[in-house]
Amino acid sequence: MSTTYYFAIVGATDSPLYEAEFGIHRAENTHLHQFVVHAALDLVEDALFLTNACYLKTVDKYNDWNVSAYVTPSNVRLMLLHEARSEDSIRSFFTDCHEFYIKTLMNPFYEPNSPILSQAFDTKINTLAKKYLL
Amino acid sequence: MATQAGNLLKLDTRVSKRSNMLLEQSTAKPRRDKVGLGAFAFLLAEIIRYSQNRVLGIQDLEAKMNEIGKRVGIRVFELMMWREKSVHRETRVLQTLVFINTVVWRALFEKQADSLGRSTENDDEYMITDNEPAVLKYISVPKEMSSFSPGAFLAGIVEAIAECCQCPARVTSHLVPAEGMPLKTVILLKFDKEVMDREKRLDSGK
Repeated sequence: MSTTYYFAIVGATDSPLYEAEFGIHRAENTHLHQFVVHAALDLVEDALFLTNACYLKTVDKYNDWNVSAYVTPSNVRLMLLHEARSEDSIRSFFTDCHEFYIKTLMNPFYEPNSPILSQAFDTKINTLAKKYLL
Repeated sequence: MATQAGNLLKLDTRVSKRSNMLLEQSTAKPRRDKVGLGAFAFLLAEIIRYSQNRVLGIQDLEAKMNEIGKRVGIRVFELMMWREKSVHRETRVLQTLVFINTVVWRALFEKQADSLGRSTENDDEYMITDNEPAVLKYISVPKEMSSFSPGAFLAGIVEAIAECCQCPARVTSHLVPAEGMPLKTVILLKFDKEVMDREKRLDSGK
């Protein structure tokens, strides 16, 4: 089994702001990843009011895959589709991604809840993935 | 065609070199984080003057200031939450209001908001009072526009934060000059019905 990860940032208005795949991935599974993560959004909303924490661990399971979520204070969701993986590394990954999201948000020309198109952001997320996930 | 594509590619890497700087900066509190009041007052006055030329009435002007405040509010909120000891989310009305009163006001104006109260007539109205909002000190309202409250900018900030915390509200600001405090501003939050219903459910659940 190849270790593949699908990472998505979903804005407060439920539109995807950023997507990335890490690890070895087969082209035909991309759509399935998107679908599973999208379906998991409802479960994130349910878990939203039960806790004050940002990191909601695994909210959904689909066959072998788990969907973990992290919600920022302004209701932007960072979702990760992964196979079984230690919680700590995923938590650190999410925290660092949150920090990069805040830095992107600080840009006065970045419209909140619009897609993140910066090449530098992409590079940073890939570096984080190499550091914590692969 | 190839050269055109080549030029576009070059442009992208130039942009990303500059935007690299944004992602390298630190999110910790910097040593020099204050802006001169004069500079800010000048900017705010110019913003109001600019908006006045593009709106058709007092309500529109307040709405425009509100929108500008929203853009500030969402950024201030995320950054302040990040700098807190433990990063967490707020979902309850009271905690959100206390956070706005203390942390956000302290970050923006170096002092806490002067009071937080709940309206006696309506259950869903809360008020944040600021006796002398520094940013409004140099804005003067002519008599023919006396119903315009320059605190609409502050109302926008508060409205953005309320929305982030899942407690959407209609936020308006009102000037209530009092003894020795000609600029006393009250920010009134009227929470949506679903927020109050949820609060009741969560309260009774406990």
